[in-house]
Amino acid sequence: MIAISDLTKVYQMGEEKVPALAGVSLAIERGEYVAVVGPSGSGKSTLMNILGGLDRPSSGSYRFDGEEVGAFSDDELADFRRRRIGFVFQSFQLLPRLTALQNVELPMIYAGMAPAERRTRAKDLLERVGLGSRMGHRPTQLSGGQQQRVAIARSLSNRPDLLLADEPTGALDTHTGEEVLKLFDELNRDGLTLAIVTHDPDVAAEAHRRVAFRDGLIVSDERKAA
Amino acid sequence: MRFVELVRFALGAIVAHPMRSGLTSLGVVIGVAAVVMMTAIGLGAQQRVTSAISGLGSNLVIVMPNFQRGPVSQGAGSGMSLRDSDAEAIARQVEDVAAVAPTVTSRAQMNADGTNWNTRIDGVTPDYLVARDLTVAQGRMFDEREARQGKKVIVVGPTVARELWGDADPVGKRIRVRTVPFEVIGVLESKGNAGLGQDQDDVALAPLAAVRSRLVGRRFRGDTIQTIYVKSTDADSLDRVQEDVINLLRDQHRIRQGEEDDFQTQNMASILATMQQAVATFTVFLAAVAAVSLVVGGVGIMNIMLVSVTERTREIGLRMAVGAKRSDVLIQFALESVALSMAGGLIGLAIGVGGALGVAKLAGWPAAIPPWAAPLALGFSMAVGLVFGAYPSWRAARLDPIEALRRE
Repeated sequence: MIAISDLTKVYQMGEEKVPALAGVSLAIERGEYVAVVGPSGSGKSTLMNILGGLDRPSSGSYRFDGEEVGAFSDDELADFRRRRIGFVFQSFQLLPRLTALQNVELPMIYAGMAPAERRTRAKDLLERVGLGSRMGHRPTQLSGGQQQRVAIARSLSNRPDLLLADEPTGALDTHTGEEVLKLFDELNRDGLTLAIVTHDPDVAAEAHRRVAFRDGLIVSDERKAA
Repeated sequence: MRFVELVRFALGAIVAHPMRSGLTSLGVVIGVAAVVMMTAIGLGAQQRVTSAISGLGSNLVIVMPNFQRGPVSQGAGSGMSLRDSDAEAIARQVEDVAAVAPTVTSRAQMNADGTNWNTRIDGVTPDYLVARDLTVAQGRMFDEREARQGKKVIVVGPTVARELWGDADPVGKRIRVRTVPFEVIGVLESKGNAGLGQDQDDVALAPLAAVRSRLVGRRFRGDTIQTIYVKSTDADSLDRVQEDVINLLRDQHRIRQGEEDDFQTQNMASILATMQQAVATFTVFLAAVAAVSLVVGGVGIMNIMLVSVTERTREIGLRMAVGAKRSDVLIQFALESVALSMAGGLIGLAIGVGGALGVAKLAGWPAAIPPWAAPLALGFSMAVGLVFGAYPSWRAARLDPIEALRRE
């Protein structure tokens, strides 16, 4: 599904050029559950941003189902994010003004889905993540674990091909973190492709494949025997 | 992405901070209210000036003596260069003239049944009613013969009738003007108080010969007149009639080429035009001052929109991450600014119309809310929202989603 070859990303910091990715090649197949690990500054977040279409590579190729994402315009990238990618962030990134239901509906609004249809789907998704009774609550009325589950429901709303999670358990206690991981496991078993950036070894252990970064390069790529 | 949804996003953000939104709109509220009010008041004043001047009589050329030559310059009308013969010549020789009314004027104390009233008394001919668009409500006007003979009959204005006789019918009553006894034969129809601060009903009309010989000063020769009102048959011929009157009087007075006229003429239409223009200029000036506050209101909206974009950086980043295009973000914020501004415009329109009606009522002139006030106010407030929302919206749309999501 994803084919990256010789990808680089260089940030211009004033006069200085800071390489974040120094030539990365990676392939991810549909249905995989990949953990991307490495110390901060190793380039793993940069890779996630490029994979998610939030950023463009400086050079190299990023193909998604055969399409060259690196050549997309801003609007094409927005379409790509909306149709293909689901994002889960460490800090949840829910809109505080909206209820859980409205937060889940948001990506479907941008997709132009009819109100009745997207409401039904948002309800189904919230029930799926175990928040059927909390749909009218605002983020501040929910616990961290609940907020992250709303965010996961939101990330699934447009039926993405790839779910990208950046430290999804980083702001949660161990117990709720485990619940979220269990949810990821279920989603993956239902066929969703997952890529999780983390530096928590317990989280990485859940994944079936572990890609380690250091100084903008992949230093190891191990598959766990199923 | 449906436009309706973007409108809902924009309105949602406005409703989420009612206090802030209200204060932000306040500038536009005041601006629009001021523009509407100033325009309406200006138009009301213009209508009032128009009705006041046309109340003096339409299609009128007014001929008065010029300054008296000599060491001391006196005001217009103080000379004695006009004669009965001038009026007769105009009536005979100038074409398209509907009425020629020679007059003399004095102020006099009137006394009837022990009640006093000081008023203006005009010595006129029957044509005066035609020239000044006056009608007699009760009784009758004196006729040509009575005027020539200088019969001591008088037609009074409604104010004079009310002051001297109250509700009683004055026709047939005796009245003393200074010491001269007159008989009241008619009462004028009211012209209302539309004059430029003066009561047009506070007047009395008597035959020219009688007023001239018995009431105005000794310095008057037997055939001197003060003002000649010349009414043209229609508005189009007014300028030509004025021209002809000037030429005729120069002939009559044997004024040579290059010599100054010993009389002056005023054309009601040109006076009206001048006054109207003055009021219109004043109105535009007032509206322009008011429009400045509209601009200030716009700056207020821009200020708050910039704050809002900064505050909602993460929201913008998240919207972009879930698939909003830059244009979606741009339109959402522009709509927010336009909605704030137009809400202010609507409220301002209501306040402006209400204020204009109130001022009109207090000042006693007709309220003139122009029919284009509503579309203008809304159009202007929309334009203000667009212009001053453009930069904040552009800033929002240009945000880098990664940076935006990272912002605390």
